Amino acid sequence: MKKIIKYVILDILRNRIVLAYTFFLLVISLSVFNLEDNTSKGLLSLLNIVLIIVPLICIIFSTIYMYNSTEFIELLVSQPLRRKTIWLSLFYGLAGSLSIAFFVGAGIPIILYEPTSTGFMLLTAGIVLSVIFVAIALLAAVLTRDKAKGIGVAILLWLYFSLLFDGLVLFLLFQLQDYPLEKIMIGISAFNPVDLCRILILLQMDVSALMGYTGAVFKDFFGTETGLLFCASILLLWMIIPVWFSVRKFKRKDL
Amino acid sequence: MIIASNVTKRFGKLRALDDVSLVCGKGECIALIGPNGSGKTTFIKCILGMVVPDSGFITFNDKNIIHDWQYRKHLGYMPQIGRYPENMTIGQLIDMIKDIRKHDGQQTDDYLVESFGLNKIFDKRMRALSGGTRQKVSASLAFLFNPDVLFLDEPTAGLDPVASEILKEKIRNEKQKGKLILITSHILSELDDLVTQVIYMQEGQVRFHKKIEELREDTGEAKLAKAIAHIMQSKQS
Repeated sequence: MKKIIKYVILDILRNRIVLAYTFFLLVISLSVFNLEDNTSKGLLSLLNIVLIIVPLICIIFSTIYMYNSTEFIELLVSQPLRRKTIWLSLFYGLAGSLSIAFFVGAGIPIILYEPTSTGFMLLTAGIVLSVIFVAIALLAAVLTRDKAKGIGVAILLWLYFSLLFDGLVLFLLFQLQDYPLEKIMIGISAFNPVDLCRILILLQMDVSALMGYTGAVFKDFFGTETGLLFCASILLLWMIIPVWFSVRKFKRKDL
Repeated sequence: MIIASNVTKRFGKLRALDDVSLVCGKGECIALIGPNGSGKTTFIKCILGMVVPDSGFITFNDKNIIHDWQYRKHLGYMPQIGRYPENMTIGQLIDMIKDIRKHDGQQTDDYLVESFGLNKIFDKRMRALSGGTRQKVSASLAFLFNPDVLFLDEPTAGLDPVASEILKEKIRNEKQKGKLILITSHILSELDDLVTQVIYMQEGQVRFHKKIEELREDTGEAKLAKAIAHIMQSKQS
């Protein structure tokens, strides 16, 4: 397994997109921190960029990468290797290199400029989101045979998690504003890892007062240890479930 | 060595394999013959575990292959159209496969790599290769680990006469070592002096599986090409 991961990472490094992504993150985070006197303001700007850019790059790059490695996968499947090993190696290779890219690009500036608990939360959230969106991309890639369709599905999924989901939640809130939905909102937020990360970080930043009563309920719940534990386990499930489904699917796939 | 029992595979409406049952023993050199789209490649891919049959099962050395992967240590596969990572060089590709597949103390068989002259163009990228050179890479990889069973899907298609002769000589050598070799080909004349058994497939079904002597006796033709033509004609009329 280690050997295949090695070849996957070598291949990813060779095509330079990940290096460009790292550089891009580095430029953005450095300029954001240098623009503002107050680094926590910089952190807030960085948060918004991270929550949009990281899922986008991770999901699209991984989907395209999976389609481009069709030949590689085909070659390995006829070798004495477990299919699960091949698939998981690709996942580890992609998730590993994109997480490292994020760590170098955004993590190091955060550690330099804002080594607070909020900063570390943002760093963790970025890495967790990278892994989750690689997992989702793998699922999208294994479900559709056609490359264009697969990439389309990946973009739609990103749109859903970044924009559509929030729109739906707002719509629900306005329609049902006469009912006490605050507790249910916690449950609903579990269906979107991006939102979950955003809430976690905003709560750390003490701007939750801006979110009104819902913010207070969130703070009550996510501020506690059980809340954090709940969050961590939901995010973990967001990594494991897509990978597990894609492995199952890949085991039966005809090549 | 390989036993397939009632293997069926559908691709949508198309029945690529329809209730195929076969027994392939050690030391045989079997020609898999049939028109285009008769399921030859699908059958080979089923044995390799690249295609999962809808029903039926295949055993390799009395072990069901469906949950096994270790058995592929004993297989060498030369695909009809070799598809390889485009931005790797020949050298990197061969090294990678060796690195992944080789276990301790195993000798690799670099005979074909050298006699095809691939070691002189090790730094060429896979995307820059011609169809024939690609075939040479496929063949070298299939023979690299001294496998007990060889699957050669159209081995000589696209190879120049010199390379094709080298490959045939190699196949003959391996046959003498008592290996099971499965060849599909449309150029029947070159199979004549190689094969010991013939499997004829049509529309996903095995029409017959005979020893070559039997086939010659039944049809009264000495040449394989004529014998097969004889059978195809008599089937049609």
